[in-house]
Amino acid sequence: MNKQVEKTKFDMRKATGHQLFMPIICLIVVLLINVLETPDFFKISMNNGVLYGYLVDVVNRASELVIVAIGMTLVTAASGGQDISVGATMAVAGAVCCQILSGGQVTTNEFMNPMWIAIIVAIVCAAFCGAFNGFLVARLNIQPMVATLILFTAGRGIAQLVTKGQITYVRVETYKVMGGYIGSCPIPTPIFFAIAAVIIVYLVLKKTALGLYIESVGINGSASRLVGLNSSMIKFLTYVICGILAGVAGIVASSRIYSADANNIGLNLEMDAILAVALGGNLLSGGKFSLMGSVIGAYTIQALTTTLYAMNVSADQLPVYKAIVVIFIVVLQSPVFKKYVKGLKIKRQTAKSQAVEGGN
Amino acid sequence: MEKIKTKNKLGSNTFLLMITIVLFAVMYIAGMIIFNDSGFAKPQMFLNLFISNAGLIVIACGMTIVMITGGIDISVGSVTALVCMSAAYAMEEKGMSAWAAVGISLIIGILFGMVQGYLVTYLEIQPFIVTLAGMFFGRGLTAVISTNMIAVKNELFLKWANYKIYLPFGTVNKKGVFIPAYIYPTVIIALVVVVAVTIMLKYSKFGRKLYAIGGNQQSAIMMGLNVKRTKMQAYVLNGFLAGLGGFLFCLNSCAGFVEQAKGLEMDAISSAVIGGTLLSGGVGTVVGTLFGVLIKGTISSLITTQGTLSSWWVRITLSALLCFFIVLQALIASTKKKNQVK
Amino acid sequence: MEKNIVLFMKNISKEFPGVRALSHVDFKLRKGEIHALMGENGAGKSTLIKVLTGVYEFESGDIHMDGCKEKIINHSPQDAQKNGISTVYQEVNLCPNLTVAENLFIGREPRKYGMIDWKTMNKKSEELLKDLDIDVSPMRMLEECSLAIQQMIAIARAVDMKCKVLILDEPTSSLDEEEVGKLFVLMRRLKSEGVGIIFVTHFLEQVYEVCDRITVLRNGELVGEFEVSKLPRVMLVAKMMGKDFDDLADIKSDRKIKQQAVEPVIEAEGVSHRGTIKPFDFTINKGEVVGLTGLLGSGRSELVRAIYGADKAETGTVKVLGKEVKINTPLDAMKAGMAYLPEDRKRDGILSDLSVRENIIIAMQAKRGLFKPMSRKEMEEAADQFIDILQIKTASRETPIKSLSGGNQQKVIIGRWLLTNPQYLILDEPTRGIDIGTKTEIQKLVLKLADEGKAVTFISSEVEEMLRTCSRMAVLRDGKKVGEITGEDLTQEKIMETIAGGDRADE
Repeated sequence: MNKQVEKTKFDMRKATGHQLFMPIICLIVVLLINVLETPDFFKISMNNGVLYGYLVDVVNRASELVIVAIGMTLVTAASGGQDISVGATMAVAGAVCCQILSGGQVTTNEFMNPMWIAIIVAIVCAAFCGAFNGFLVARLNIQPMVATLILFTAGRGIAQLVTKGQITYVRVETYKVMGGYIGSCPIPTPIFFAIAAVIIVYLVLKKTALGLYIESVGINGSASRLVGLNSSMIKFLTYVICGILAGVAGIVASSRIYSADANNIGLNLEMDAILAVALGGNLLSGGKFSLMGSVIGAYTIQALTTTLYAMNVSADQLPVYKAIVVIFIVVLQSPVFKKYVKGLKIKRQTAKSQAVEGGN
Repeated sequence: MEKIKTKNKLGSNTFLLMITIVLFAVMYIAGMIIFNDSGFAKPQMFLNLFISNAGLIVIACGMTIVMITGGIDISVGSVTALVCMSAAYAMEEKGMSAWAAVGISLIIGILFGMVQGYLVTYLEIQPFIVTLAGMFFGRGLTAVISTNMIAVKNELFLKWANYKIYLPFGTVNKKGVFIPAYIYPTVIIALVVVVAVTIMLKYSKFGRKLYAIGGNQQSAIMMGLNVKRTKMQAYVLNGFLAGLGGFLFCLNSCAGFVEQAKGLEMDAISSAVIGGTLLSGGVGTVVGTLFGVLIKGTISSLITTQGTLSSWWVRITLSALLCFFIVLQALIASTKKKNQVK
Repeated sequence: MEKNIVLFMKNISKEFPGVRALSHVDFKLRKGEIHALMGENGAGKSTLIKVLTGVYEFESGDIHMDGCKEKIINHSPQDAQKNGISTVYQEVNLCPNLTVAENLFIGREPRKYGMIDWKTMNKKSEELLKDLDIDVSPMRMLEECSLAIQQMIAIARAVDMKCKVLILDEPTSSLDEEEVGKLFVLMRRLKSEGVGIIFVTHFLEQVYEVCDRITVLRNGELVGEFEVSKLPRVMLVAKMMGKDFDDLADIKSDRKIKQQAVEPVIEAEGVSHRGTIKPFDFTINKGEVVGLTGLLGSGRSELVRAIYGADKAETGTVKVLGKEVKINTPLDAMKAGMAYLPEDRKRDGILSDLSVRENIIIAMQAKRGLFKPMSRKEMEEAADQFIDILQIKTASRETPIKSLSGGNQQKVIIGRWLLTNPQYLILDEPTRGIDIGTKTEIQKLVLKLADEGKAVTFISSEVEEMLRTCSRMAVLRDGKKVGEITGEDLTQEKIMETIAGGDRADE
């Protein structure tokens, strides 16, 4: 009897337990809805030498989210909390980048400084934002969300400060490349950025032991310390990485609109990123994580956003639906709910086994 | 006995509150000296701090209650926007009375408090995640009602909003005419809330339970207190105050729009923290929070009066201040821990 | 029912999944007596307390209280409180941010016109504190009071709630001598007022100082109830450790001690940690298994933690192979060739969600550093090697460690450390809570490792097990090293005498 129970438990786990099972199902469901709503959803055509279609649009638009979601995944895994300042960090990076390129002017038609300098400085600024968060969380042991709340509100102000309260325009074709197209390549550049970010982070995690370290620290900080890991250093690192990735996303986003709009770059993206992490089957309380899960989660959300747009939901109203999904997922993840479900299962099982015994 | 009393007053928590009061005094006096010609020294200027922040005071009181239990609520800004929009919509588009708008505002607040409180207390989900979702939900719902700004033209409402209560003191202008200082009814409501919550926190069983839960939830359970119900009540009360504060906010702005009260949660949280409420819970007073709000108000009037600095400096300064206080709290907590080992 | 009995627990049994935590335990508490409840780790003391206070449900048995005809069943600590059973835990369950008076009265504050009457509350508190000779102002914040005072305030709260049975669960662990003295005065006072006190502790001296009776549990079973005056310390230790004293002399293991060239691996001098262990010297040689013994709380775990850098030592030096090493973090210790298997496997050992493979290689990986990751192949080889050597029963090397049994989890942790090829292994309770078969395997492994020239420190609550493996034993009491036993002297009798202390001279 005992063995039998164990076996069924094992089978169930195998079927539904794969970490990517739920994310993929979610993605498929959303895509199906999309197809029902807009039958030519999967149609991809060439238009003016570039790829065109809903699907391309989804993948393209999701790029920044994918990049940020990766960072959010690491932060979540290591510290069991989320960084809600990523959107603001993006705005800062975008503002710094554009301001350097325009040389301080409101609008420019040529680079006042080389682009690589602007990009590097912007990313360093973003990394600094991450380091600030990381310091508060890892050294001072402040809850991640409270710590990042500071930049969440101050960040956009700082970005405004950088651009002197204006929207800085960089009307140079080379700058538009990052958010547009490279030469005659028909695929939008942001997609490449997203893919590159995923690959680079994946390689960093696999070619160094960072991935394993992050999981260890997230699962059991005290045991990790005893096997010689520096927990606070690792947490700090994840915040810096998250900052850098937010910086990259910020530059891509600002390149799309060839301007630094401190109020709108990365707006509400923190929520989407957290949602992507949760949808990817990662626990918001930290520990084991799946990068691919979060990436799939990010695309799912973008697909969902597109669906909602197609259903005539305005951008302002989107958060309503996303908030409901977040609450739904965290309720499913909550230990209390799991215990409740388990309780039901055990009840059913004991009822069954009693029946079997009775039969014998 | 007296000796012991004074000794008590020098605890680290009182120390934080003292810093806040001194900070406020220094800021305001500095403002009076630097911007004397723009009327910073006039009593009306001081009253304006209350007038423009009446809603925030009420909301921050609610925030303090939740934070004392060790929780947090970052949805209050969105709730405020939703309340303003709903009230404006009800009065302007549906022709409801101003009283109905009050009712709607409070119901919205209480509903938010109930749902969020349930998720936090009974399903044990982190309050941050729950209220973050609440924040996006509220803001989105505001947009669902209307994406355009709705200005309130309801007569009764405007009468409330513009009813000046003159005070027996004021200033004499250049022509020698006495101009009495005035406040709006919103200020009175806000102050009544501050007093009521202070009394509740100090003299009611419920209030003391909040502190006990924040101090050590496990102990509170072991001492036989009903922790879950108390926490739930705290969230509902906070929701109610958010609804009320939102309505006061609306009386001040006389309009509802999607972007309204953005970042208000931050103002409320930082007011509470600056006012000596510990993020870890268990410590805090609404009087301190009131001073926190006044500091925020002073910063923004200083910056507006200065003229050349733009409004985002308010937010940056406030964040910096919040950061300072959070670090201070963390340091105090770590020294306390060290002392415990000794 | 006998007269004067205030609490009678009869035939209590309690089972956790797979473990019988209590089987048919009886416990009697008389009016006005201080009754010690003793036993080593896993003996069932805390389970018994939790059954009594309603934290756990129990399968069978009755609880009777004086004055209640019916048997009572508590479903929660609150229920127990209503029935007159109050508990004061080692970790004080009060609120640090409230005043003393509030802590005494919260939930039942005196009120006037519906509002809390602080004046009356403070006055009542003052009377209560004065009555119990607790020297503290009711208006003080609890966190400003010393631990002893906090402890006493917790007791005062219990007393004021008219408890008939007061349970003190290791109240003295974090108190100094003077504070303990004060606590005892209070306990004696309550005793004279007719309160029955259950005193859970692991300090023998304290038991002999204040208690009237002792109930000893071992492995969830009742060993017996004794009068303190009739039970010498050595006998008590023997009862707790599980050997009848009379038999002890006969058991002398015929272990062969391999004499190797004396080559010290670790030399610790004057190492101490504030509040837990007083400065000690400790040397261990190559190929030696040294046992650390002493009752729970004697500082045996804290000593090794200080050497390993898990709690940074405040004074003293540690030499590894004759060279002085600065150890600030566990990583420093690992680099110097140490390995540490922590006492609490669940809290400090396993990384529950990670696979067996990852759990095995994590220490090695941490030692190699961030930029020298082990290849998949290396990891798999290492994992397979130790799964094979230690005969770890797991579905595969990718199974999460949390789904393994306790014994196998422990083997994984041992494998983790063996992979780092340490010169010095610290094993703190490696056999706790695991089955007999695995226990023996681990003991054999320890001897094998010593034969290979490694130095091992072995800590266990079971003396017999230590005798089987150790060639030398150091005994700790109250954070001090009180003796080292080698060679012929290494008998249970001698060890228990040293642990018990004091008694010898009286004989």
